[in-house]
Amino acid sequence: MRGAKSAKWVAGAAVIALAATACGGGDSGSDKKNTSGQPAGYVSIDVGEPQKPLMPADTNESNGSYVIQSLFTQLLDFDDKGEIVLTNAESVETEDSKTWTVKLKAGWKFHNGEAVTAQSYIDAWNWYANVENKQQNAFWFSDIKGYADVHPEKGAPKSDKMSGLKAVDDTTFTIELTDKVPYFNYKLGYATFAPLPKVFYDDPKAFGQKPIGNGPYTFEKWTHKKLIQVKAWPEYQGPNKAANKGIQFKNYSTVEAAYSDVISGNLDMIRQVGPRDLPKYKADLGDGAIDQPYAAIQTLTPAFYSKTFKDIDPKVLQGLSMAIDRETITKTVLNGTRIPATSFTPPQVKGNQTLDSDVLKFNPAKAKELIKAGGGVPENKFSIQYNADGGHKEWVTAVCESIRNATGVDCVGDAKPDFPTDLEARDNNEVKGFYRGGWVADYPVNVNFLKELYHSKAESNNGRFSDKEIDDLMAKGDKADSLEASVAAYQEVEKKLVDKMPAIPLWYYAINGGHGKNVDNVKVDFHGDLELTGVTTK
Amino acid sequence: MGRYVARRLLQMIPVFIGSTLLVFLMMYALPGDPVRALAGEQHVDATQIAQIKADLGLDQPIWQQYLNYLGNLFQGDLGNQIGTQRPVAEVIADAYPITIRLAIFAFVFTVVAGISLGIVAGLKADSIRDRGLLGLTLVLISMPSFVLGFLVQYFFAFQLGIAKPNVSLDPTNGELIMPAIVLASLSLAYVARLTRTSVAENLRADYMRTAVAKGLPRRRVIGVHLMRNSLIPVVTFLGTDIGALMGGAIVTEGIFNIKGVGQLVFEALAKREGATVVGVVTLLVIVYLVCSLLVDLLYAVLDPRIRYA
Repeated sequence: MRGAKSAKWVAGAAVIALAATACGGGDSGSDKKNTSGQPAGYVSIDVGEPQKPLMPADTNESNGSYVIQSLFTQLLDFDDKGEIVLTNAESVETEDSKTWTVKLKAGWKFHNGEAVTAQSYIDAWNWYANVENKQQNAFWFSDIKGYADVHPEKGAPKSDKMSGLKAVDDTTFTIELTDKVPYFNYKLGYATFAPLPKVFYDDPKAFGQKPIGNGPYTFEKWTHKKLIQVKAWPEYQGPNKAANKGIQFKNYSTVEAAYSDVISGNLDMIRQVGPRDLPKYKADLGDGAIDQPYAAIQTLTPAFYSKTFKDIDPKVLQGLSMAIDRETITKTVLNGTRIPATSFTPPQVKGNQTLDSDVLKFNPAKAKELIKAGGGVPENKFSIQYNADGGHKEWVTAVCESIRNATGVDCVGDAKPDFPTDLEARDNNEVKGFYRGGWVADYPVNVNFLKELYHSKAESNNGRFSDKEIDDLMAKGDKADSLEASVAAYQEVEKKLVDKMPAIPLWYYAINGGHGKNVDNVKVDFHGDLELTGVTTK
Repeated sequence: MGRYVARRLLQMIPVFIGSTLLVFLMMYALPGDPVRALAGEQHVDATQIAQIKADLGLDQPIWQQYLNYLGNLFQGDLGNQIGTQRPVAEVIADAYPITIRLAIFAFVFTVVAGISLGIVAGLKADSIRDRGLLGLTLVLISMPSFVLGFLVQYFFAFQLGIAKPNVSLDPTNGELIMPAIVLASLSLAYVARLTRTSVAENLRADYMRTAVAKGLPRRRVIGVHLMRNSLIPVVTFLGTDIGALMGGAIVTEGIFNIKGVGQLVFEALAKREGATVVGVVTLLVIVYLVCSLLVDLLYAVLDPRIRYA
């Protein structure tokens, strides 16, 4: 009894000590209630420090993109169904998928009053594509004729202009491509294609800290690692005019910290709820909880150069795919935050189809059969590479467990400490078995998920899948004269992929975010970003 | 004394160079290319990566890079970050003030609360209040700071509503008290225990008996005779603790969303921002060195038998 008594005393003492010591903190903290320093009518969201200076063609991570998209508007955008919405362009047309004519809406201006002209686009694109300017997204311009002159594989550029870009008049220009690209207009929706004002070229470095765009918001301030603030621009003429007075992008060190600020009213929106709060966020946020799928997919991609998967019979991969209980894993381990995949493309993209195959369905008996028919997995064992800093360990373990139970093939996780290490192993062909692949749509067409990942020359094809038949089928799709024909051709590619298994599709992503009581009309766009222009304050 | 200090200051130079070299080598040994990692899953062409590296001097052999770094350092240049292209000095200058404030708060709290709790308990060893203190400190030592942090946040921000869960962008002193206490709790427990043991032991020392026999007032016996001798181990601990408070606040800073040095190092490590890591660590090394010098000098004050020629 003595022990119990003193334990109680100790626990009591701990509580008293905590209460006594923390009181002082409360007094001064509670006088300013709510929204710390947020101007009235502004909305705040947990968007962290951009990785790089704010330049449209040098940003491909989500923090920077959020800010770029609020400051810049490119020719066109997409609605939540993935359909094209013209923003700065009056029309984008082609007759042969090779030469595209862009007409701009008249009267558009940059935030400094300079008119947005055809030349603003042409100069910007030429600058972005130029190898000397080292823009991350330069390769997005590689379809345009003359790209090789400004961005040669080796050495200095031969020219600083791409021959495919020609201004017809102030508001019209033509884009000539090297080859037919029936879906080129969809690519133009990527933020990288934004125009630049003349002041940019005076000092790009300074511009990156204080950008001037043509978008719905104007730049206000950037307190590094803490806050970026933009203000609604009254002269904006696009369809996505801001419904609020401005946005604060606030940097949080953890999703948990951001979540606790949403709950206490210091933050309006959170993009992703962390695992700790997932089980209760719907109860906490009520109507404010957001649970919506978007165009992204996760896969297990075999390294076809590895000892395990070199010359593997696709039947084995089909078998492994059937040994994964996607339903149960997404429901339990992933807390319902993912949707089991039914094809190689997510439902939000043009051309997504339900594959007529049961390869993606859980079926242990058939899985075993297929693996046996395909000659089995070498050494009856394989590994899945993932980055340990991204919260992947849990589902990798579950997938392994599922495969082991269903087929008896041994499966281990191959953890890399963080994303840079993981990427390095992929780039250097050092993946030992599968790696965790993920892809978010750049533009909502199935091509983006098939060509960029499985064409033998595709830059993001890190599994080094190479198949002549698939390449030829893709070439057919690229030569098509219309978008519809091209999408249909790529649907054929997708059907064929089931027999080749360049990857095992696992599940589609969903965004699990939310907003507090001060804001309304929070919507999610096709690549999972919250649409900020439409958000209203109460 | 002066010569001793001068010698110690001179000794700092090789320590400083050695530690920066070590950190430099460790960053270099880590796999993962920071320039490549900027692109994520997307592809970047190799020539472009090579160019950026050449611009940053990352293509040179490691010893050359280190010499360049040292050379620039003596001109007061800590280099630029790879991703944000901001000067590392500026990045560190943004993060340090808040960490220093947090560390001072935590340190003061550790000293005041830790030593007084230790004295209170030590003066009556084996009493109920002594056992209570031992129990409380045991709880604090065994509780990871993220558990304590979330608990404190949960109680005071969400249940009682008397504090904000996170500190704001420019935190007032009041806002820092809660995280400072969480940060200090572990060292507080050690300080309290150290003081308690030391006090309890010295109470039985000969000089204490003499002091009491001389008829000195109790305040003087405890305040001067007892404390001076009992504080030596505590001061040693506190000296090294300052460095730990400055650098080891990653968890606490994360919970309360404080944009301090802890977060900075963590992010820089994850992104392989070598220059940032080396810069921060260099500063921490200086803090450690200065603190340990101060501790050594304090010894002489506390115990005149310890003299430095």
